Amino acid sequence: MPKPDPQGAALNVLTRLAGSSTVQRLGLDKVLERTVFHGARAGFKAGSVARKRFKPLIQLGKPARLPASAASAGLFDVTLSDEQAMFKDAIDRLVDEQLAGAAAAADVAQATPPEVLQQVHDLGITTMAVPEAAGGAASERSPVTHAVIAEALGRADLGLALAALSPLGVANALTRWGTADQQATYLPLLAGDTWLPASTALSEAGPRFDPFNLACTAEPHRNGYSLSGTKTLVPLAQDAALYLVAAQVPDLGPRLFLVERESNGITPRPQPAMGLRAAGLGQLQFADLLLPEHALLGGPDGDYDHQAFVALSRIGMAAATVGQCQAVLDYVTPYVKDRKAFGEPIAHRQSVAFMVANIAIELQGLRLMTWRAASRAEQGLPCARAASLAALQAADKGMEIGTNGVQLLGGHGFVKEHPVERWYRNLRGAAIATGPMV
Amino acid sequence: MINLEIPKKFKGIVNSAQQAAENVFRPISRKYDLAEHEYPKELDVFAAAMDGMNAGDRANAAGAGKLSQAASGAGDGVRNGSNLQSVLGLEALCWGDVGLALSLPRNGLGNAAIAAVANEAQLARFDGQWAAMAITEPGCGSDSAAIQTTARQDGDHYVLNGEKIYVTSGERADLVVVWASLDRKLGRAAIKSFVVEWGTPGMELVRLDHKLGIRASDTAHIVLSDCRVPAENLLGSPDIDTQKGFGGVMQTFDNTRPVVAAMALGVARAALERSRELLDLPGDYDTPRWAQSAAAAELLALEADWEAARLLTLHAAWMADNSQPNSKEASMAKAKAGRMANAVTLRCVELAGSTGYGEDELLEKWARDSKILDIFEGTQQIQQLVVARRVLDLSSSELK
Repeated sequence: MPKPDPQGAALNVLTRLAGSSTVQRLGLDKVLERTVFHGARAGFKAGSVARKRFKPLIQLGKPARLPASAASAGLFDVTLSDEQAMFKDAIDRLVDEQLAGAAAAADVAQATPPEVLQQVHDLGITTMAVPEAAGGAASERSPVTHAVIAEALGRADLGLALAALSPLGVANALTRWGTADQQATYLPLLAGDTWLPASTALSEAGPRFDPFNLACTAEPHRNGYSLSGTKTLVPLAQDAALYLVAAQVPDLGPRLFLVERESNGITPRPQPAMGLRAAGLGQLQFADLLLPEHALLGGPDGDYDHQAFVALSRIGMAAATVGQCQAVLDYVTPYVKDRKAFGEPIAHRQSVAFMVANIAIELQGLRLMTWRAASRAEQGLPCARAASLAALQAADKGMEIGTNGVQLLGGHGFVKEHPVERWYRNLRGAAIATGPMV
Repeated sequence: MINLEIPKKFKGIVNSAQQAAENVFRPISRKYDLAEHEYPKELDVFAAAMDGMNAGDRANAAGAGKLSQAASGAGDGVRNGSNLQSVLGLEALCWGDVGLALSLPRNGLGNAAIAAVANEAQLARFDGQWAAMAITEPGCGSDSAAIQTTARQDGDHYVLNGEKIYVTSGERADLVVVWASLDRKLGRAAIKSFVVEWGTPGMELVRLDHKLGIRASDTAHIVLSDCRVPAENLLGSPDIDTQKGFGGVMQTFDNTRPVVAAMALGVARAALERSRELLDLPGDYDTPRWAQSAAAAELLALEADWEAARLLTLHAAWMADNSQPNSKEASMAKAKAGRMANAVTLRCVELAGSTGYGEDELLEKWARDSKILDIFEGTQQIQQLVVARRVLDLSSSELK
């Protein structure tokens, strides 16, 4: 694939968004200006990204935080906002026109091409999440919008979605807990024009992994920390310029560290897995890696909240899983109506039709659970329980939907001519890999 | 904007229902499970108190009697109305006791049918009366289009003949809404519902059934022999419109299925909460389940399923409040909540061991009560059929 001209890419996005029915309904409103035009104006270039050495790009007197949003009228409501509908519409089109087609090759290549990820980035997903003071366009927290975006991307491929959303997760953690200097160093780049691969490293090897009891440790050492341990299933491992690494700190508990790839000479190891291969999964090994004190996200006296981090990451994974399950439903529906056996479409048999009905039922239940968890986070309500239940349901029902997606196609589901076997492999990972923080 | 929290304005009524469930239903729950067919007289006092509370605020009364689709174009913006409120109220009441909630005077399924399709004059005439619903017959259950009961017009009356079974509150109610066919050759379009008052000559109680669960609720077997009903007791249009088909009588279900789903949520929540107490597992939502005990992991999975059913139910009710067609979502909620409640209550008995199986606890009762919730108001299989036809866009002749 030829590398797209950046200006051409921006025009392409503008055209794509302008053609969306939602935008036409609303007019080319502020939202669109804030995404495409703001991104163009800010103009921070990441340059050769993986080789990046970072330094503060702007002046921030204090950390730029986003407030929780107040529920509009406090009413129960299942209606997307105009901005959410616009994002969904734009991503749906990108998925249908490009991403879904690119996903099979990305699965084989064990990486999603940077040009593809740049296209997703061009929609302004991360720009819209970063506070204005730090180079973005956000004025309040928007976990629901991020969940809607994750769901829309998950429809292409769960692994591709994890790759595309990885920098968003890092940006959200920096926005929520980063110091002014940490924000000034990384956020303008994450929110800028050029796709900056960045990734979160939470998972560890071994059964029964518990994110609240990490084997990876960061011991205080001179004026910094000494990092030791192994991180697994890290999305974008090979490409990331910046990792957000979770490690156990004596007296502080689990904390996140900003680990720059280049300045620390990190060599990730590819970690091919059953699925989620488009995420470019890899392993990071640290043996007494010395980190400066300012690598600790939020600093030693910051208000970092590990429970919230885990909960918001669970919501991110559950949301992308909803999208992957929607892809299964969208694929099997025409298939069972078209495929004939014993003289009629197999959809005319209850044993087949009821499997499709159950996919639809469990998918909708999972979607609502994910939205509820995200909406609680958005309103500043406790969300650990809602997030945990959504993640559990994503693990159980996501896999059920994945396996039934293959089953409904019979032998055809088992071969790579159809995407359902890839989605099946991906959906097992929904219970295991770490999602992007929303 | 997306907000799936319960609005403040319903907190009061939900709390009242929960208090009633705890202080009125629970203390007599086992008593009427053991004394099947005995009238729970304690409910008269409670129902009168409830009527008193509702009288001042008809639009916000609890119970299934007031359900109807909001008129389209009724104001701008999102509405949280009677459907959502009824679902929340019934969930809380059924946390107390499903059988007793079904026995609440003046809140029968017949009342829901009247609220959904009656005209103004009928609403006024039947106001304040308790209405049961009679659909099922010895020869047909889920296939309600196959009913044999007939209604023959005779002057300004209809003459009803047939046999009805499984009529909830059939003996205790003042009115029975009876489904009957005006012309059996014309199929489902000819099926109409008629309000029959007890005392009308020709309607007789055959017997009350003995059941697996919800024993506090009476389940009647009724026979109609040349039972003459005034023509103005026919609900909806008397015309047989073969184009429109079954829509009229079936639309009641779009409103009542979320309510039955809510009943399932209530009994399942009761079982989950009691199991967490008995097993001393209050719920750890941080540690991954496989780093917890098997029982703790199982309770988490059951709770997740409960939450899915709960949100599907609230969503279906919210759609009705906002004039959005919700047949598919109502059936999704009922399918999910029905099977969830049955699975949850049965698993909770198992988790609590002999304590759960014995009559000293209510867990075994809830596991018996829950079964009906996956059967009445459309079985699990009927709900799946409704959902499948809609998702796959297939007609009833294509997907039988």
